[in-house]
Amino acid sequence: MTIIKTLFASLVLTFGLATANAGTLDVVKDRGNLICGSNTGLAGFGNPNDAGVWEGIDVDVCRAVAAAVFGDASKVEYVPLTSKVRFTSLQSGEVDMLSRNTTWTLQRDVELGLEFVGVNYYDGQGFMVRKDLGVSSATELDGASVCIQVGTTTEMNLADYFGANGMSYESIPVETNSEADAAYLAGRCDIYTTDASGLYASRAGYPDPSAHVVLPEIVSKEPLGPSVRGNDSEWADVVRWSLNAMIIAEEKGITSGNVDDMIANSPDPETQRLLGVKAGYGAWLGLDDAWAANIIRQVGNYSESFEKHIGVNTPINIERGLNALYKDGGILYAPPFR
Amino acid sequence: MQQNFLRKLIFDEKTRALLIQTLVIGIFAVLIYLVTKQTAYNLEKRGIGTGFEFLNIAAGYDISISLIPYDSNDTHLRAYFVGLLNTLMIAVCGCFLATILGFLVGIIRLSSNWLFRNIAYVYVEFTRNVPVLLQIILYYTILLHLPKVKQSLVIFDNFYLSNRGLFSPAPIFKDGFSIVIGSLIVMIIFTFFLKRFLKKKQELTGKQYPIFLINSGLIIFTPIFVYYLMGMPLEFDHPVMKGFNFKGGMVIRPEFLGMLFGLSIYTAAFISETVRSGIISVSKGQREASQALGLKSNFIMRLIIIPQALRVIIPPLTSQYLNLTKNSSLGIAIGYADLVHGFGGISLNQTGKAIEIMLIVMSTYLTISLIISFFMNLYNKAVQFKGNV
Repeated sequence: MTIIKTLFASLVLTFGLATANAGTLDVVKDRGNLICGSNTGLAGFGNPNDAGVWEGIDVDVCRAVAAAVFGDASKVEYVPLTSKVRFTSLQSGEVDMLSRNTTWTLQRDVELGLEFVGVNYYDGQGFMVRKDLGVSSATELDGASVCIQVGTTTEMNLADYFGANGMSYESIPVETNSEADAAYLAGRCDIYTTDASGLYASRAGYPDPSAHVVLPEIVSKEPLGPSVRGNDSEWADVVRWSLNAMIIAEEKGITSGNVDDMIANSPDPETQRLLGVKAGYGAWLGLDDAWAANIIRQVGNYSESFEKHIGVNTPINIERGLNALYKDGGILYAPPFR
Repeated sequence: MQQNFLRKLIFDEKTRALLIQTLVIGIFAVLIYLVTKQTAYNLEKRGIGTGFEFLNIAAGYDISISLIPYDSNDTHLRAYFVGLLNTLMIAVCGCFLATILGFLVGIIRLSSNWLFRNIAYVYVEFTRNVPVLLQIILYYTILLHLPKVKQSLVIFDNFYLSNRGLFSPAPIFKDGFSIVIGSLIVMIIFTFFLKRFLKKKQELTGKQYPIFLINSGLIIFTPIFVYYLMGMPLEFDHPVMKGFNFKGGMVIRPEFLGMLFGLSIYTAAFISETVRSGIISVSKGQREASQALGLKSNFIMRLIIIPQALRVIIPPLTSQYLNLTKNSSLGIAIGYADLVHGFGGISLNQTGKAIEIMLIVMSTYLTISLIISFFMNLYNKAVQFKGNV
């Protein structure tokens, strides 16, 4: 039960010595694997597949960090966390990093003592309803029952949105994505609201996906990204640049297929720096020079990860949209690698 | 002299006990101090803010099941009271239902009817041995499979049952209804004294009065009489299907019902065993003696057996009430916004104040439990043997 997890994490905060001082990177290296807080199960983002192997674009960030640190993307232990316990687990040191569709907000960044290292998916809160209700806009939802996951930015946005539009609603607060799906499908609520990406992911798993429609209104900004504890900027840099390396790789056209070719032949100086052809950049992060090449070889660039897990050719079927590179009309933008 | 003191410390029982107790308390205090200090240190090292100021900021989320007016602009403190009241509501309703059901089943288990006795037996063994969490989820799932809201079952024209809950007309009290309530209270007090008076009279004259009949008649019919006298100051707000949901009226939500059924059916099994053991503990001679006096069997139960059985029943009954109250924290499993789910869950997550909120929630449960124990102990004293036995 989550309450036990929360209690446990509180206990760790209470009794545990402040081990974070040792430097998470060293702790991870000594341990020999990365402990990554993931979703309890959200298709396309973080979900174990039929063989029990975790997959998804959030999971790929964990894998990228493992590839950067160990040269082996499989050296990750996943700890599924509900939205409620995730921050306490990270704060208490139970996990090394969090990569589970978590919105970057001021309060989480500052007051909870976390550090968000970037954005791996630009999202926004949406509403899903059954098609046969005949609703075409979120402004027609007055009086509806709404299923909502607790401990998320969603419940606050929901209160704000309905309040601002003078609409009333009944909220049914549930713990996990699967509970919300069950209550929504049973007709306990008319609307399921969460980040639009989550709605698409859930819908893909429904018995009849075409009977449900995601309404056009997106009522919030939800930049989802990985986070680490705020007192360890060295470790934050490792995670930040692992994500950036994937984005830069897409920008430079480096894929898991052509990475070795690029190492041998690319004349582009930034590509050479990224792939460790020009030595010395890995050492700045406390890693070896092949770290980014390892990420791209084993995990792929951002585009590969996106298309593999949530892109238009998957059941989840999400367009790149905001998540396209800045030069392709999106807002995905990594700082220069120099 | 000095040696004498040291000797005393070791060999004198009283002094030795005092020494050990002081030591234990001392170690305990030091431990608490160290834990507090370490916590503060850890929190500071991790850049996590502490303090209780968060109670006064807007909660920002809505709670649908609330006994007091509440919206997302209210503070976390108010969200705490909403959760507390929801916890108390489920605890009170649950204890009430569990007690009635438990007493019934306990008595049925001693019945001479084979069928009834064994149905009760199967019920007790089943519910007692399946975790209460699973039972709550089971009842909730069943409730979710009631008809959808647009196909609600209509009961007595005015009640609508669906998987959104039971919608019923809500009473609207108009001027003068307080007098009806007043007459009810006056009658309850009056019948209390009337009962005393008639009992005394019975003791003097030996003549029996139908006290129960007279009193219930007074309590029921006087307010009804006053109600018509005041010109029926009561109207009903009927639920009407509008858009997605029923508007108006009152609703009992499936989350509440799931909790109520789960908790009370589970706890009633334990209470029934307590009741059964209480009744069996009254020696057979008591029953035989009262039969010999020619008492009717329901009089035997009410006047002879139950009062003696209560002495055995009350202490374990107290702990069942405490269990039920604490188990109500399982509301999180089905989205019942009790103290743990609302304040201890959502507020905790929105503010990140895990330690502060856990402290508040835990001390609240402790307080509720101690209050229940206090009153049950008072009641227990009242039913114990009086005088020298």
